[in-house]
Amino acid sequence: MALIAFYILSTIVVLSALFVVAARNPVHSVLWLILAFFTSAGLLVLIGAEFLAMLLVVVYVGAVAVLFLFVVMMLDIDFVALKQGFQNYLVVGALIALALLAEIGIVAAAATFGGGETFNASPGAPTNAEALSRVLYTDYLLLFQMSGIVLLVAMMGAIVLTLRSRPSVKRQNIAEQTGRKRKDAVELKDVRPGQGL
Amino acid sequence: MQSSSRTFVRARAYESGNLIMAGVELTLGHYLAVSAALFTIGVFGIFVNRKNIIVILMSIELILLSVNINLVAFSVFNGTIMGQVFAMIVLTVAAAEAAVGLAILVVYFRNRGEIAVEDVNVLHG
Repeated sequence: MALIAFYILSTIVVLSALFVVAARNPVHSVLWLILAFFTSAGLLVLIGAEFLAMLLVVVYVGAVAVLFLFVVMMLDIDFVALKQGFQNYLVVGALIALALLAEIGIVAAAATFGGGETFNASPGAPTNAEALSRVLYTDYLLLFQMSGIVLLVAMMGAIVLTLRSRPSVKRQNIAEQTGRKRKDAVELKDVRPGQGL
Repeated sequence: MQSSSRTFVRARAYESGNLIMAGVELTLGHYLAVSAALFTIGVFGIFVNRKNIIVILMSIELILLSVNINLVAFSVFNGTIMGQVFAMIVLTVAAAEAAVGLAILVVYFRNRGEIAVEDVNVLHG
């Protein structure tokens, strides 16, 4: 049963990854990427890594893929021109990919047939999320905090990069607003009757 | 800090009976194969879509996904949880990388009006 599910899911993952690379329209690429992320989350559920699977859906599908979609749709790009060199690079790219796959296959075969070991769940074992949190907040606390800093720096970097001040747009200047004194704003005029200012 | 240090908490997995089907069972090799295929497709995508930086970034995401699958598969099949912790860190870095990369892309597009990366040499000065 698990094996059938594995084969179905892995076929979908590999095919959608291929479509990510080969799709003509980047919007389609992003949608295929989302499918690849979803199905690989399914693959992780299959071996009992539920928390990572959930994280994959939340972070990758919810944040990264939507960010990609946003940028692809925001930039007005001539996608036909971008695909021009596809045929030229196809042969080189395919050769490199095949060599890489062969190398990984050799290593994986050596590792797999050198004596495989399967796992057995011990009774009363903690759930995946519990097991993760037990080490994440104790042994790997520093790593956890540092990944928070990485996210903070990335956020600040993205904001600093994309922020621009356009002189035509009126913006609220809070320092100027709160620094206003009474004598700057209010003026006492002595208005005579029947004359006006 | 005393608590569970040095004791590798076992990742919960299926009962071994669940994984067996007609003499064949789900092994580490299966997951490594999928991961290798994903990695290869990602590298292939970088080489094929040399002009389109958005697809290059997506290919990098595919590569990182394959790394994550690898880490989690090793973690589960070896019965240690650290692989999944590292997969979380990789996930964090991938998200940060995508955010900064796309921000750079937006700025580049604003300055030049196109995103063909083949002839990016404005940094030569």
